[in-house]
Amino acid sequence: MSKVKVPVARPVIGAAGKTGIWRVSRPVVDYSRCTLCGICWLYCPDSVVEISEDKKRVVIDYDYCKGCGICSVECPFNAIKMVREEVR
Amino acid sequence: MAHKFFPKEEFLLKGHAACPGCGAALVLRHVLKALGARTILVIPASCSSVIAGPFPKSSYSVPVLHIAFAASAAAASGIVEALDKLGEKTFNVVVWAGDGGTADIGIQALSGAAERGHDIIYICYDNEAYMNTGIQKSGLTPYKAWTTTTPRGNPSFKKDMPGIMVSHRIPYVATISPAYPNDIVSKIRKAAKIRGLKYIHAHIPCPPGWRFDSSLTVRIARLAVLSGVWILYEYENGVFRLTGPSRKLVDKSKRKPIGEYLKLQGRFRHLSERDVEELQKLVDERWEAIRKDIMGENA
Ligand SMILES: Cc1ncc(C[n+]2csc(CCOP(=O)(O)OP(=O)(O)O)c2C)c(N)n1
Ligand code: SF4
Ligand code: SF4
Ligand code: SF4
Ligand SMILES: [Mg+2]
Repeated sequence: MSKVKVPVARPVIGAAGKTGIWRVSRPVVDYSRCTLCGICWLYCPDSVVEISEDKKRVVIDYDYCKGCGICSVECPFNAIKMVREEVR
Repeated sequence: MAHKFFPKEEFLLKGHAACPGCGAALVLRHVLKALGARTILVIPASCSSVIAGPFPKSSYSVPVLHIAFAASAAAASGIVEALDKLGEKTFNVVVWAGDGGTADIGIQALSGAAERGHDIIYICYDNEAYMNTGIQKSGLTPYKAWTTTTPRGNPSFKKDMPGIMVSHRIPYVATISPAYPNDIVSKIRKAAKIRGLKYIHAHIPCPPGWRFDSSLTVRIARLAVLSGVWILYEYENGVFRLTGPSRKLVDKSKRKPIGEYLKLQGRFRHLSERDVEELQKLVDERWEAIRKDIMGENA
């Protein structure tokens, strides 16, 4: 009897590539306004927001952030501005 | 400090293939946070098959069985039986299926699994059309909404899918929304503790399919709840309970008019004022039915 090969995929970050290249606008955090409330982390569909405890900073992974703008709309302190990406 | 109260670990890995602002990705992210690593997903053909990314990679860090459209709940039943034979009792078996895959194509398998009472959490993520193949109408597309197959607006009504599941007398039925992650996590965790088939129905704003800017996903989801279009509730052993902000919305004066919700979406752009009034009336009638028939308030 021949063996049946079952195709099994493995979990990796970036399964669909560096999705940051899809971005048209970049979310930029104004640290003077940010209260570290975590709302941007909560609502990011791409799991790219990190609230770094030691640095006390919101850190966005631009390699994978798709620039949807949800974080900017939802931030209760108006601390995230969407800035158009430059074509290089 | 929202990030402190939710599980940190991510099971929907960044670099997945969902569109920017995808409501399905956001809800799945919180569902998996609530359930944790010992979870097996069953996913029928849908956007979520694609969100995984191309083989041999996967953006889901839990095991996934990608399965044919009509078979999700039957496949999940098989997994439950297999785990039982292995004496494995610690896994959550979860179907994550679209509205087309649930209310149209998968409904017979789901009904059978409900009848058998298999230990499954079945989640319908409802973006209100067949999105992955180009925005065709499903049985869960709202009345009058534009899709590519209903260019003048959907002439049929959205099926009450959670109601269909309540009538199966399963132990738990609930609705969720991406705007209320607390509510998602508490309902999913409750479902995980209950034996039998649990049915959860998620409202999923979809920027390309509903024709709105990707930044508005959460805002639109929230407006749907606050205007009473999407009602947050649960049925636990047949007992109905409104949850979250929906608790305060039985009184019509507390609800937002649905115009604001409709206006943000291109799929409702063709509506006349009379159409909007008709849709508003349907929402009000639904709430009246909840007040009278379900909550038994004969005021
Ligand atoms: C039997 C069968 N018919 C049709 C298709 C094509 N197909 C793949 S995904 C999809 C749309 C599914 O819609 P839904 O379940 O609502 O999920 P969504 O794509 O909206 O996330 C269709 C029609 C298929 N894969 N198999
Ligand atoms: S939502 Fe705004 S204030 Fe809150 S952590 Fe994010 S950037 Fe800071
Ligand atoms: S723009 Fe979208 S993907 Fe990027 S960090 Fe904000 S919410 Fe996440
Ligand atoms: S079409 Fe809609 S549901 Fe599908 S991946 Fe895109 S945003 Fe998500
Ligand atoms: Mg769909």
